[in-house]
Amino acid sequence: MAVRNTVRFWLNDELVELDKLGPAETLLDFLRLDRKLRGTKEGCAEGDCGACTVLVGRLNGDNLIYETVNACIRFVASLDGCHVVSVEHLSASGTLNVVQQAMVDQHGSQCGFCTPGIVMSLYQLWMENPNPDDLVIEQALQGNLCRCTGYAPIVRAAKSAAEQGGQAADALVAMRDETINRLKDLRDGARVEIDGPGGKLVLPADVDDLAALLSEHPKATIVAGATDVGLWVTKFMRDIAPAVFIGHLDQLKSIAVGPDSVTIGAGVSYSAFWPVVREKLPQLDLFWSRIGGQQVRNMGTIGGNIANGSPIGDTPPALIALGAAITLRKGDKRRFVPLEEFFIAYGKQDREPGEFVESVSIPYPDAGDHFAVYKISKRRDEDISALCGAFRISLDDEGKVASARIAFGGMAATPKRAKAVEMALVGQSWTAETVAVALDRFDADFQPISDMRASAEYRALSAKNLLRRFHLETTGQQVQLSRGAA
Amino acid sequence: MNVTVKTPATVVHRPTAHDSAAKHVSGNADYVDDLKSPDGTLHAYLGLSQRAHAKVKRLDLSKVWQAPGVVAVLTSADVPGVNDISPVGKHDDPIFSDSEVQFFGQPMFAVVAHTRDQARRAAKLAEVDYEDLPAALSIDEAIAAGSELVTEPLTLKRGDVEAGMKGAPHVLSGEMVIGGQEHFYLEGHVAMAIPGEDEDVTVFSSTQHPSEVQHMVAHALGVKSASVTVNIRRMGGGFGGKETQANLFAAVAAIAAKHTGQAVKIRPDRDDDMTATGKRHDFKATYKVGFDDNGKIHAVDATFAANAGFSADLSGPVSDRALFHADNAYFFPAVHLNSLPLKTNTVSNTAFRGFGGPQGLIGGERMIEEIAYALGMDPLDVRKANFYGIGERNVTPYHQEVTDNIVARLVEDLEQSSDYRARRQTIIDFNARGGVIRKGIALTPVKFGISFTATWYNQAGALVHVYRDGSVHLNHGGTEMGQGLNIKVAQVVADEFGLTLDDVKITATNTDKVPNTSATAASSGSDLNAMAAADACRQIKSRLAEYVAEKYGEPASDVTFENGAVMLRNHHLDWQTIVSEAYMARIHLSAAGYYKTPGIHWDRNKGQGRPFYYFAYGASVSEVSIDTLTGEYQVDRVDILHDVGKSLNPAVDLGQVEGGFIQGMGWLTTEELKWNDKGMLTTHAPSTYKIPLASDVPRVFNVRLAEWSENVERTIRRSKAVGEPPLMLAVSVVEALSMAVASVANYKVCPRLNTPVTPERVLMAVTRLSAEGPSE
Repeated sequence: MAVRNTVRFWLNDELVELDKLGPAETLLDFLRLDRKLRGTKEGCAEGDCGACTVLVGRLNGDNLIYETVNACIRFVASLDGCHVVSVEHLSASGTLNVVQQAMVDQHGSQCGFCTPGIVMSLYQLWMENPNPDDLVIEQALQGNLCRCTGYAPIVRAAKSAAEQGGQAADALVAMRDETINRLKDLRDGARVEIDGPGGKLVLPADVDDLAALLSEHPKATIVAGATDVGLWVTKFMRDIAPAVFIGHLDQLKSIAVGPDSVTIGAGVSYSAFWPVVREKLPQLDLFWSRIGGQQVRNMGTIGGNIANGSPIGDTPPALIALGAAITLRKGDKRRFVPLEEFFIAYGKQDREPGEFVESVSIPYPDAGDHFAVYKISKRRDEDISALCGAFRISLDDEGKVASARIAFGGMAATPKRAKAVEMALVGQSWTAETVAVALDRFDADFQPISDMRASAEYRALSAKNLLRRFHLETTGQQVQLSRGAA
Repeated sequence: MNVTVKTPATVVHRPTAHDSAAKHVSGNADYVDDLKSPDGTLHAYLGLSQRAHAKVKRLDLSKVWQAPGVVAVLTSADVPGVNDISPVGKHDDPIFSDSEVQFFGQPMFAVVAHTRDQARRAAKLAEVDYEDLPAALSIDEAIAAGSELVTEPLTLKRGDVEAGMKGAPHVLSGEMVIGGQEHFYLEGHVAMAIPGEDEDVTVFSSTQHPSEVQHMVAHALGVKSASVTVNIRRMGGGFGGKETQANLFAAVAAIAAKHTGQAVKIRPDRDDDMTATGKRHDFKATYKVGFDDNGKIHAVDATFAANAGFSADLSGPVSDRALFHADNAYFFPAVHLNSLPLKTNTVSNTAFRGFGGPQGLIGGERMIEEIAYALGMDPLDVRKANFYGIGERNVTPYHQEVTDNIVARLVEDLEQSSDYRARRQTIIDFNARGGVIRKGIALTPVKFGISFTATWYNQAGALVHVYRDGSVHLNHGGTEMGQGLNIKVAQVVADEFGLTLDDVKITATNTDKVPNTSATAASSGSDLNAMAAADACRQIKSRLAEYVAEKYGEPASDVTFENGAVMLRNHHLDWQTIVSEAYMARIHLSAAGYYKTPGIHWDRNKGQGRPFYYFAYGASVSEVSIDTLTGEYQVDRVDILHDVGKSLNPAVDLGQVEGGFIQGMGWLTTEELKWNDKGMLTTHAPSTYKIPLASDVPRVFNVRLAEWSENVERTIRRSKAVGEPPLMLAVSVVEALSMAVASVANYKVCPRLNTPVTPERVLMAVTRLSAEGPSE
């Protein structure tokens, strides 16, 4: 197998090739400290404020996709074969582009510090969606904080840019074919291996190579979207070497849509999966829009969300309620684990050293099933769950609960099923009375804690009320707030 | 000589874009961390206390010294001057702690290394033995422990409160806990110090108060102020968080720079920035109000306890301003207000947009709300019953007459344009259906006093040069933090000279150009600095006018400056040519301008005076929906009408109103500061501290400036200050949420929501009212 000892990518109009690269070097530090491109700002170094937003273009088959990412938690090593676009590139010709000019005309900047990141998010939106409505604009801005403007002029700028159009004349759009060729030229199928400052980094050539590498380095840090591992570095200054990067592996990005279930590679991002959600799991559509911000959805993977084992990860409650299972692989050996059994205790999962999550299999609810997932957080968007409840029941012909799968995040040390509540429902008529009885069983399932997101009392009470909401919704009542388009 | 007309006649009162807008959007606007630093620049990082209150038995820094790249480690022993940066001269604000730490996150030492990453890693390696001391971590704990006050409290008194209460048909008392707020400027604190010859040092500091930074750096270095120069081109947001809090970073950078002989930059990470620097004060308001059947207030007796944190900082004037705004727009016939700036073992709280005023105002508005629920009235009617009068019922608790009152007109205008009454009825009908979703609506006004209550702060300087090519160099003592101060001042200067904005070069604020400046704070930036700049322009114009008048033998009083020309009778003289000629004729083309606000005075001991030059007004209507199962809510619609006098720049002012409202909404809804039982701030980054997003902005957001308003005082072009007042427009969101909650008990019980009104607080209030209140 070919081994390359450099990481190669395009940065704006320049080919970058690095041979002395540490696994923990972030794109933001590379831009600001190494390349002196200081238009990209550090606001939080944890992927929450978006001041560091840049575009990363990558090939998906023969297509070129540009996505917004947080440069602060994106590792340079993961950019192999990509095209990085920083804010400086947008006006490289000497004139502001349409989005930038719209931001000026609509008074979309005040202090200006968040502005380069906002511009990048709006630019990506403008390129990809010529006619965005309010909700779409807000979603594009979910990962960008602005403390000055109150966002109103920024949204006006997004609309104004859309009205003006002009995408065809945009430099990046016009260069698309050329860029595709450039990125194809970088594809050599080699394993990338660098012993740099801070230790070793590897980009396996393919999934088999990954399996072999992890057998060889069972304690290696696996880096997919880096939306969590990035913070290990930027917040906790943890040593992640040796680090094995998997975000580039096309095999882990596969999405196999079957008649009863969908099986996805562990590297599928939230954004990549969203179209499948809309088509096959529409009950999750709104919830999906509340996972992270756009940048985090572009970077973060469902496999990573599972493998990291957090009790407040967004996807596990819904996936457990659906009966999802994961394939764990070690070397050539694979095993199939129901997701709920993967989470053993806080910080402990059923994953051996050298083993990795290869794929996730997600069954669709049966026709006629009631299925919903509710996330409760202090701020509606781009927040971490105080608690998250997923509910799925099927009813028999008499209106009795034939089966129930209810799972919560944020209520215990792991994502966990509410088995006592389920038992109180199964075999009973699906009525408010049954629900009232089942509510008492929550205390048998969960003893939540108080933390900065919510008190134990609030978690316990609202968890119960989510079951009430679920019941009311199955009776056809509109009981949730909805933020419609203007 | 004929000239072509270059611009329309005036550049003020126009919605001109921010002067740096094109640089903002292209990434070309330099902030302190973006400046090209000198060769060999070192990086400092702070080591922070891990205890809220403790004796430091041992501070072993040997592992810090041994860490890779470390050049120096600095403690209190290494401060060459005085180890203190108290902005109010109380010597209670050490740069580095010494034998005792007073809050979790207090700087204990700084490490200087070749890279920031090295310094940051090394700072974690200190070994410290602490001996815990009793710690008061909240207002309640401070009161229980009999904590001292960080500064003398203020009392405001007018009328006979005891008699007023006795004579009132109803008396009601209660309390409200008002949360603090993190500034969350997107650009965190940062400073870079470059050592010079002799005792000199130049500091680039992200500060709203360069003169204070200059004085503090001199104090810490033990050198004269004249040796220290402080420069700031722009901040990435300030909001009060860089009024005094920048002193620490500037002082550490300067000490390290003089210690090592190299340039030193310091930039804490977001977590340390949030942990180690002060915030908006949390308050507890305790009130008693006497009123009659019509909701008219007879007497008010209230105490505003503030969590000052471990030192005085600005807690004195902040808690004073809370009292100054407890009346908001309402006349209190008899009133007694007390402040209680309590010392606690938390970070020292500081200035934040509104400066205590918002906490006072929302406490006052809670009394109005209480009266409305007690009497079953629309709170708007209670408000109207108590508005300050015109020519009568117009004396504030601090004995200043309100002479520019437009609140009734403003509220009437907004009440009509927002269709408040009909919408309120629709909401009451909607709630009567008893669904899970409930709605609320509220209209609240704002009256905000403009001027620093520290009267001497109400002065400003500017320096204007006209160069031989006719270009104008503008400098003033105000700082740009995004609020558009520089463009407003430049508009005034361009207009004074009859030039275009392109002719006026805006330059970085620098203590060696304009000395002894005041903080850019208290919304005063353009009021003070545009006046000072106009004064400088007029001096130069006067000299040019005399020159031209003499040349043509006409009176100087007839000379005007418009459209790029100097005009005298039938002479149209090109600006550039006249400037060039004037130089040859040895006319001085530079001037230092100066301004001080007239007519204001304040006697704090008596609690009487005229602390404010004028008032700015505004009002808002908020409509919300809540989910009574989870406490989740959304703000559906907001209508705002705000008074900026005759706006210098309507686009900038609109931006301040929209942005101020959303920032205020964040303060009162999702922004929750949480400390654990060790006194550690647990919401120290945006992952846990939630400021509003684009999707939190009301779907319908109608914001208008009151175009009919003009300042009755002779402010710069009759404009009004705009920085702080709009923040308090967000009080209507709280009251609307309150109404939605109250619907579960048929509006018979005032929900007494504390702030921030998180979803949790809404659900818990719904639960409480459902249990306590009458059934629907």
